[in-house]
Amino acid sequence: MSIKVKNVNYTYAEGTAYEIHALKDINLEIPDGQFIGLIGHTGSGKSTLVQHLNGLVKATSGRIYFNERDIYGENFSMKELRSKVGLVFQYPEHQLFEVDVLSDVCFGPRNLGCSQAEAEKKAREALHMVGLGAEYEKRSPFELSGGQKRRVAIAGVLAMEPQVLILDEPTAGLDPKGRDEILDQIESLQKERGITVVLVSHSMEDVARYVDRIIVMDHGEVRFDGTPKEVFRHYKELEKMGLAAPQMTYLMQGLREKGADVDADATTIEEAADAVEHWLKSK
Amino acid sequence: MVRAEGLTFYYERLDEEGNVESKKRAVDHVDLHIRPGKFIAILGHNGSGKSTLAKHINAILTPAEGTLWVDGMDTKEEEKLWDIRQDAGMVFQNPDNQIIGTVVEEDVGFGPENLGVPTDEIWKRVEESLDAVGMLKYRHHSPNKLSGGQKQRVAIAGVMAMHPRCIVLDEPTAMLDPNGRKSVIQTAQRLNREEGITIILITHYMEEVVEADHVFVMDEGRVVMEGSPRQVFSQVEELKKLRLDVPQATLLAFELQKRGVRLPDGILRNEELVDELCRLKSKM
Ligand SMILES: Nc1ncnc2c1ncn2[C@@H]1O[C@H](COP(=O)(O)OP(=O)(O)OP(=O)(O)O)[C@@H](O)[C@H]1O
Ligand SMILES: Nc1ncnc2c1ncn2[C@@H]1O[C@H](COP(=O)(O)OP(=O)(O)OP(=O)(O)O)[C@@H](O)[C@H]1O
Ligand SMILES: [Mg+2]
Ligand SMILES: [Mg+2]
Repeated sequence: MSIKVKNVNYTYAEGTAYEIHALKDINLEIPDGQFIGLIGHTGSGKSTLVQHLNGLVKATSGRIYFNERDIYGENFSMKELRSKVGLVFQYPEHQLFEVDVLSDVCFGPRNLGCSQAEAEKKAREALHMVGLGAEYEKRSPFELSGGQKRRVAIAGVLAMEPQVLILDEPTAGLDPKGRDEILDQIESLQKERGITVVLVSHSMEDVARYVDRIIVMDHGEVRFDGTPKEVFRHYKELEKMGLAAPQMTYLMQGLREKGADVDADATTIEEAADAVEHWLKSK
Repeated sequence: MVRAEGLTFYYERLDEEGNVESKKRAVDHVDLHIRPGKFIAILGHNGSGKSTLAKHINAILTPAEGTLWVDGMDTKEEEKLWDIRQDAGMVFQNPDNQIIGTVVEEDVGFGPENLGVPTDEIWKRVEESLDAVGMLKYRHHSPNKLSGGQKQRVAIAGVMAMHPRCIVLDEPTAMLDPNGRKSVIQTAQRLNREEGITIILITHYMEEVVEADHVFVMDEGRVVMEGSPRQVFSQVEELKKLRLDVPQATLLAFELQKRGVRLPDGILRNEELVDELCRLKSKM
């Protein structure tokens, strides 16, 4: 079971003066159960790519296979695809529309054929996961703070219990604790239920901390694809693309420039603390 | 520049007959004093009241109780509304919702045009503000072809063209890539340093706060902590209880302290930590 992207190209406003070639010959394989980070400068094509994975946007050319089946094939059900591949949009306002928070989160499961009672049960679980208690159920989603709206949008997709969960900048606007809580929740879903997660993010720290694999987009192309350590070794090239390395990479580099023999690959606080401790104790 | 006394605000929900059905206190007896020319940061968990407070500064909202003065003007005085909005500009999180013009320079000119500024003067201001944010060479571009960071800089230029004395930035970098984030923060710092504009920055990125003159921390509508970045970020445990964080260098220093490494409190930057660690090592 997997998602395969083969030679995918996508052009916005094809044939007009405003044509934008947003994806250029993308080839990727996303096996089950991976936690993937997708990074890239603004406008590099991340949102365009993830919208292909649940069929919201159709490739101008190329093929996408979900569990070996061509999603553009005749007998393929897009509805089924969208129930299995859940996408949390970059701008939560684009996802909220119901009169109250509970109905908003129920919408997905209801749409998949759940009874009202079942849908509410799933919705409550999902709201709990994103840290919103019962007191939010009857509030209008439009009368919430920025971070609270974001949580409702995430809950709406979690309630559908997708096999593949795609989050387009889910933590933008969340407070630090909220960011950690939600990413921890997602990590445990991935570990316990074996779901696949694709996290689009501008936070190199979050990506370094959570994902198994990083895909780097640059002007519509995939530039790097590897483990966080492998990818962040190219931090000079990443900077040229408008990106950066996690703060800890810079700290390790700073120490090395002063002649310290520390492990330059440390990207998280834990790893950096281990590396520094080891260095301080060495002769 | 901005002074609040007992500032309190409720969001009210009305029922069909227009009676108040429920009331939610979003800002709770806030007192603060922001001097002209300062770079201020406001931190706080989701729903702690930051945006609500910010919207009082350019009189989008007015206090239910207490008073807020901008440059000595009480925001409740309706006849002062335009003076206040001109004095205190606002930039929001999402770059796409703020840009209205089809050409960059036109967009930046909207504000002064609305204020009735004469045409020659408008062009002068457009040029100056685009130059100040480093976007002059994009003046003839279409805003929707710009990157997120570039759009945010255009939004800042639009506010600047109104010649405000104060700019409130409400999570201006939340949607930006690392480069865009850097360019917006550096732009705000430069406007503060070179033009003396008061900056009030609301953010969830602790790294962006390190260079501020003063930090306010909000919780449940109240200001619960304030001080220099060094004072505030020395309180790692308290900040964590308030759902916040500290810069990465501070966090690593804290982690190393827990493991018995003898580092001083209040380290904020990578360079400081590197120096402290090298000093420790040389003494071993
Ligand atoms: N609806 C649209 N119409 C025309 N062009 C678009 C549209 N959406 C995106 N684009 C363009 O396609 C390219 C890729 O955009 P996309 O939104 O996929 O980038 P992104 O990597 O998600 O950026 P960000 O980090 O800012 O969210 C950009 O040049 C963008 O301007
Ligand atoms: N339009 C509204 N109607 C009713 N309540 C609102 C409205 N906007 C915000 N609130 C509530 O007021 C409180 C303060 O919200 P505010 O937007 O000021 O928070 P914030 O600190 O800016 O949060 P965030 O970090 O999520 O942007 C929250 O509890 C929120 O739910
Ligand atoms: Mg995007
Ligand atoms: Mg806010």
